[in-house]
Amino acid sequence: MVAPHSMLRESAEDYASAAPPAVEICDVSRRFGSKLALDRVSLTVPTGSVLGLVGENGAGKTTLIRHVLGLLRAQSGSVSVLGLDPVKEPVRVLSRLGYLSEEPDLPGWMRVHELLRYVAAFYPTWDEQYAQQLRHDFGLDPMTKIKHLSKGQRARAGLIAALAYRPDLLVLDEPSSGLDPIVRRDILGAIIRTIAEEGRTVLFSSHLLTEVERVSDRIAMIKNGRVLFCDTLDRIQGAHARVTLRFELPHQKPPQLSGALAWEGRDREWTAVCEKPLGELRPAIDAMGASIVEESRLNLDEIFVARAGHSQHAEVTSR
Amino acid sequence: MQIHLSTTNGIPIYLQIVNQVKYLVSSGRLAEGEELPPIRALAEQLLINPNTVARAYRELETAGVVLKRRTAGTYVSAAGSPLGRRERLRVLGERIDALLAEASQMNINTDELIDLLRQREQAMASSNTRD
Repeated sequence: MVAPHSMLRESAEDYASAAPPAVEICDVSRRFGSKLALDRVSLTVPTGSVLGLVGENGAGKTTLIRHVLGLLRAQSGSVSVLGLDPVKEPVRVLSRLGYLSEEPDLPGWMRVHELLRYVAAFYPTWDEQYAQQLRHDFGLDPMTKIKHLSKGQRARAGLIAALAYRPDLLVLDEPSSGLDPIVRRDILGAIIRTIAEEGRTVLFSSHLLTEVERVSDRIAMIKNGRVLFCDTLDRIQGAHARVTLRFELPHQKPPQLSGALAWEGRDREWTAVCEKPLGELRPAIDAMGASIVEESRLNLDEIFVARAGHSQHAEVTSR
Repeated sequence: MQIHLSTTNGIPIYLQIVNQVKYLVSSGRLAEGEELPPIRALAEQLLINPNTVARAYRELETAGVVLKRRTAGTYVSAAGSPLGRRERLRVLGERIDALLAEASQMNINTDELIDLLRQREQAMASSNTRD
């Protein structure tokens, strides 16, 4: 089946005005003991869009997702999922939410067909035909016990259990970590089919930035419990730049440039990854008496590394 | 329709699709009146967000390369061909830029490069007649 073009929204922003956001996180903080896991996080996922969540291990991605699932109560701030409070109304939220994690928690003693029947009982919207079609596409034998499935097949079984009731919101927490490319293709394909069905929303976290780049409408990066940015890839790329500068005189240390995250180079030629568009950097570069000999757009991976690695001071690597 | 995406070069995915479809049209691998894959089908084939494909198709429509028919489908437009020569030159221009950059790095100046082009052309011509 092919969706006519008119069914596909023009862009995430266009859609945002039409329906209330599928997920709205306002100013949420969360502390585990002395560790501030989430620090005044605000994040909106418009209905019908895909938000990719990136960040290093321990940045707070899973903690954030657990708030969306209603497994954690916001210590301050508010969380709204499909217009509801997931802690107060877990049944109404979870019946419309599909969830898959890196290690899906499935009962190992069940056979595949038993698992599907078991999950189906919880969801009035369960589409048995769709479940069987996915099981067939994924090559899952209904008689195999879950504990005897490979990691990839287990992920596929978890995916069917999260998709076959056609949830309005699909939440995936590192769904493809440690899986082979073929399973990852299945998972990405499922995300794409989900969003091609009008009005469905996806929130997913991943370390595989090329996958995030491919399927996300918007990308949010979390670091130390804070949202560093949340925007379309286009605009994220537009807000960053890599410039190579040439100086009249050799510099022993990396130059001082506001917005530079990381420097590389020596003597007269230095390259910076910057969290500012080139236009904003230019006056400062002119004032330094340097000339720009090269400039380029960064891909998400490069932006991620620069932003993740950046601490108090710009890090230096010498060539 | 074969589209090859790269996520390492920093070029937005929709733009890569736009450029490659333009290239396919100008090189004749997509003919006038030929239908482009439906948005959803291409999204599933390339494993990218359908919105990205939709955006690429919109750009192609604005550029006059394709036409969207109301009921179904996106087709290569008749106007695709007048753009052909400019597009072919643009594609070639990119290759030339890369060649010039490489040549200058290898200390080969433009005059030598032009001589080299002529030599290669002759070599190709003679090897073709031999076949």
